[in-house]
Parts: sequence; C-alpha cells; structure tokens
Amino acid sequence: MSRNLLFSFLFHASLIYITALTLPFMLREPVDLPPIVSVEFIEIKDKTSIPFAPKAREIIEKVKEEKKRVVSEQAPPTAKAKEKPDRIPMPEDKKEKKELKKKKQNPEEIKPQIRQASEFEKKELFDTNEIAALIDKAKEEQAKTQKKNDKLTQSNVKNSFAQALSLSEEDALRAQIFGCWSVPLGLPYDKDLLVRIKLKLKPDGTILKSEILDHARMNTPGQSFYKILAESALRAIRICQPLKVPPTGYERWKDLQLNFDPTEMLKG
Amino acid sequence: MKKTIVIFLYFALSFTSAQSLIKVDITRGNLDPLPIAISPLYVDSSSEKSDLFDINKLGIKISKIIEQNVKSTGLFNPLSKDAFVQKPDIAHLKPRFEDWRLIKAQALVTGKLLVKDNKLKVEFRLWDLTAAKEMLALSFTTTPANWRRVAHIISDKVYERLTGEGGYFDTRIIYVSETGPRDQRIKKLALMDQDGHNIKYLTLGNELVLTPRFNPTNQLVTYMSYFKNMPRVYLLDIETGIQEIVGNFPGMTFAPRFSPDGKKIIMSFAKDGNSDIYSMDIEARVVEQITKHPSIDTSPSYSPDGKYIAFNSDRSGLQQIYVMRSDGTGVKRITHGKGLYGTPVWSPRGDLIAFTKVRKGRFYIGVMRADGKGERLLTENFYQEAPSWSPNGRVLIFYRETKADKTGKGFSATLWSIDITGYNERRVETETDASDPSWSSLLSK
Repeated sequence: MSRNLLFSFLFHASLIYITALTLPFMLREPVDLPPIVSVEFIEIKDKTSIPFAPKAREIIEKVKEEKKRVVSEQAPPTAKAKEKPDRIPMPEDKKEKKELKKKKQNPEEIKPQIRQASEFEKKELFDTNEIAALIDKAKEEQAKTQKKNDKLTQSNVKNSFAQALSLSEEDALRAQIFGCWSVPLGLPYDKDLLVRIKLKLKPDGTILKSEILDHARMNTPGQSFYKILAESALRAIRICQPLKVPPTGYERWKDLQLNFDPTEMLKG
Repeated sequence: MKKTIVIFLYFALSFTSAQSLIKVDITRGNLDPLPIAISPLYVDSSSEKSDLFDINKLGIKISKIIEQNVKSTGLFNPLSKDAFVQKPDIAHLKPRFEDWRLIKAQALVTGKLLVKDNKLKVEFRLWDLTAAKEMLALSFTTTPANWRRVAHIISDKVYERLTGEGGYFDTRIIYVSETGPRDQRIKKLALMDQDGHNIKYLTLGNELVLTPRFNPTNQLVTYMSYFKNMPRVYLLDIETGIQEIVGNFPGMTFAPRFSPDGKKIIMSFAKDGNSDIYSMDIEARVVEQITKHPSIDTSPSYSPDGKYIAFNSDRSGLQQIYVMRSDGTGVKRITHGKGLYGTPVWSPRGDLIAFTKVRKGRFYIGVMRADGKGERLLTENFYQEAPSWSPNGRVLIFYRETKADKTGKGFSATLWSIDITGYNERRVETETDASDPSWSSLLSK
C-alpha cells in the first residue's frame, strides 16, 4: 500500500516537474502589433495630381543631380571620413554607395524599370522615390483603366468616386458659402437646425432653381427659428452665386444639395 | 407583370439618382454684422401739413432710433443713408432690389407716417433684398408722444425677424442714481428706457436705496431701502407710485428678487449673524423659509421655470454658488473654481447663470451653464458686479466702479452692457453716476 502510494507520489511529482520545465517554453511573447493607421482614399484631381511616372522620374533625377552637385561643391570627400563611426547611414548615402558598385561591375547603366532585383536587394534598395514611382505606375494603370471605362456606357461610369466632388473642389465651394452666410445668432442651439437645400445649377454656377427639402417645417408652429435659418441659407446662396463649381463635369454637379447646420457655431 | 417591372425600374433608378446627388455640408458662416439699410420713414401727403407736432422730422428721428438700436446689438451694420439709392416713399411701395443689393445691403426697412384723428399711425416694412420679397409688414397707432416707443417696437420686430430671438429694445432699466461725494452719496431710484432716454426719478434720495429689481411680468419693482437704519425690502408700483414694506420681519431683509411668474418675492433675511433665504407670496403674504443653515445664504434667483433657485452661500468656507429645488431640498454646489462667486442670476432662456467672481482682487462678470460647467468670464475690472439679463437672455447689464484716491476723488459708478459672447461691451449712458441696474421685460408683448 505504502509502496503504491510512493509510486503515485513519485509519478505525480515527476509530472509536475516536467510540466514546470516545459510549459514556460510554450509561452510566446505577445505579438507587438503596430498601431492601426487609417488610410482615406481620395480622388486626386487635375489640380492636385502628382505628375505621371516619366515626368516624375525626370524631376527626381534632376533633383538628385542637383543635390549631388551641392554636396560636391560644399563638402569635400574627406569630410565623410571624419564622420562619427556610430552615425546611421541615411537611405540617400546607401543609394550612392550602390551606384558606385554598379558602375564597377557593369559600365552600362541598366534602367531601373527593367532591372530584376533579388528579394534581398529589394530590401536594400528601399527608397521613398521607389514608392513614388510605384504610385505613379498605379496612376498610369488607373488612367488606362479609366480610358477603357470611358468607352463603356454612361451608366457603367456612375460610381461613388466619379460622382463626388474632389476635396479641393468641395473645399472651394464650402469656403465660398462660409463667407456669404450670415448666421442668425439667436437660434436655439439645442434644436435640430439642419436645413437641406437642393439646387439646380447652370454650367456657370448660377442658380436655376433652389428648393428647401423640409419646406413644410417652415410654417410649423413652434418652428419659427427654422424659417429664419432657411431664409438665411437661401440668402447666402443667392449672395454667393455664381457658385464656385468645377469648370468641367457639369453633369456631375448640376444637381447639388447643401446641408446648412450652424449648431457648432451657435454652441461656440 | 409589366407594371411591376416598370415600378421596380422606376424605384431602382430614383434610388441611384438619389445616391448620386452631391451633398456638401455647410457648418460655418460669418459672424460679421448683417448689412441693413434703414430708410427714413416718409410722411404721407395728407399729413404733411399737420401742425400737431414736427411730423416732417419724425420720420428721420424714428429711423435713427431703429438704426442705433440694431447697431448696439453688434449683430447689424446699418448702412450710411448717403449711399441710399431710392427715395423713401418709392422704396416703401416696392424697392428696386437689384439697386439696393449694389450697396451690399441684405435687408431694408422702410416706413410711412400718417396723422389721423390726432393719432400717429406708423407703418413699416422689412424687405429681404436678396430674395426680393417682403419679410414683415406692420402698423401701429398711438398717441404722438409715444413715438420713441414705436421706434423701439419696430426695432424689436426687425431684430426678431432676422435673428430668431426676441428683441429687448422696448424695455426699461431701473437703477440707483448716485450723486455727491463718495462719503455722502445721495442715492435715488431712477428709471429710463434701455437707450438712456426718458429718465424718471422715483425716490427723493432721503433714504438709501439698493438693489432694485423688476417684476418680470408687470411694472412692479422691489428694492431694499434703509428706514430708521434698518434695511428692508420694499415693493413699488411704477404706474401708481405706491410703495409698501414686504413682510413683517424682525430683522433686516435684503437681496430681493421676483419669481418668474411675478407672484412671489424671494430674499434674504438676517438675524443674529445668520442669514437664510425666504420667499413671500405677494398676494397671500405667506412667508416660507427655504434654507436653514448656520451659514450666510443670500442672493437667491429663480430659474425661469420656477423649479430651482440659485444662491450664494459660504457653507463650504468660501462664498460659492449653489442650486436647489424651489422648496429648499437637493442643495448642490455648482462652482468649484478658485476665487469667490456671488450674485447668481438665472438667464430668462434658462440655459445660463450669470455671476460675479472675485479673484486676486479683481472682479469678473461671467456666465456658466446651470450645472456649473462651461464657465466663461466675459469681462474683468477693478470693481464690477450685479449683472442683470436682457429679456431675451443675450445681453447683460452691470455696473462698474472706479478707484478713488485718498481724498475720495476719481470715484465713479457707471452702467455697462456686454453680450454673452464677451463681445460688444458698451457703456450705457446715464445722467448721473449709476449702479445696481435691473432690466425690465418687454413692455409690449
């Protein structure tokens, strides 16, 4: 009996010992997740567009050359040797070294688009200019697909991106109306103050027709403030006209809805 | 079947078109004063020869008062009459909107005067120049002597129609008029229109008067006066001139104020170094004790719904503002900032409480929300206190004193007004030095 008890004790003790030894190895360090970066997709229009790849490359090359010149003029090569050993080389420096190596191995310069780089080299060649080039390439592709889409029927073109105003267009319009709108300051800020006005515009931005969407509320008893607000919004639109609309794409913005909400302003 | 498909297609199409509509949110505007043209009121040809009074100048005078009133708000910019593009009589019939728009006016006031049966008839129209339409048209008939009030009423109507809140021009201000050297001040109760005209003195100055307060519903005034060196709360009817002592208290009573319905007076009553808040029903003369605390509770003010009372008390050691239910229960301290807080006054809108704050020897007039949050100090000075609200809850009137030198010279007390945004600080002109102002409600409702 006591022997069995001893075996049992030894068996369990060994089990606990093994568990204690092995379990910590199974522990994994918590994964250090990088913070989430939100990315907003915006449509870049002509005004704000980045130049297409070939053009961009030319500009980048020019800037690079200019930088090189400036460096050679101002800092003699001996200055580099005096640098502290712990200095972290900047991506720009790496690039320069690489270029020197390349020249030794192969006197003919290979165009970066054609050159095949290994995975290792890709990591080494990490450069912001490369990203810019990638974006440009994507832009080129997008332009190509756009051209294809243009050939399709008009109904297919209708998508949310094509319909919206670009940020710069929207900002221009908004800034114009901000300047024209004299907000009635006595309105009760704790009430629903949203006035929606639907506009029909002429190609030059003048107003063909304006319509208050909640018109019935104008004459509702106890909602007299709404009428005053709606009138002020209409005044703003009339004073502002012709509205600053994009010079092209009339079909896109000929019908426009403006939502006037002074709540934030009145709350101060 | 075909019908169903057609309906389906119609809805599908309308849905896509609704989705494709571009929407732009406008959440900001400009706070520049609204450009307004106030045309002189023209005299109707039938009344031009009236010898009742100088009617031909009256039209210009009325338009000037309207102009001064709307300009004093800081929300309007009355345009110079030199730039006006149309004669008053023609503009009153129908303005040439496009011409008025050229001088950047957004609104236009026109009017007509007429004398009929020794009565003055004043007609006015407010035009929206951008929308090219009439916004408001009213006429008033009154005794000719009342022409200033008519101008104030028109100002109220214009203000109300364009800003969305009630006006405050057809109102009066009661205050304490002060004359003489600082140690021998003669203090009288005085009453004037909000623009400083039509000043009337209600007491002779034999006794010291303090803290007059208007009844929000009628022309009764309550104030504190020293009779036989005992401060007492009095009630005065402006129309009849009759005055009486409020309640029969064995000690001194002070800091009176009416309830929003005008039926009660709430005040402080001090006895043996302790003061508490009491209310008294004016008609039934029933007195009710509201606070019962060994500290000094004073300056009570009702919320506009009459459910709560704000007051200041030193029960926490320093003078702070508290709010309680009108029966005295649920006392809650609402100010926790550094400095002393006093004279809480609830806004007629109910959303804000105005107060005086003293910190590091400086006096501030400020506003905060009824829960004590969102404190905003509007103005700072050597000495200023006693804020009183305009009936629409947009403007505060208060008084300011200047520092006297050792001989007592250089001392003055003046009335000032300020917007709740902290802008548009203005001196309110009075004949004499003035203190303790109280704003009446609108005379014409």
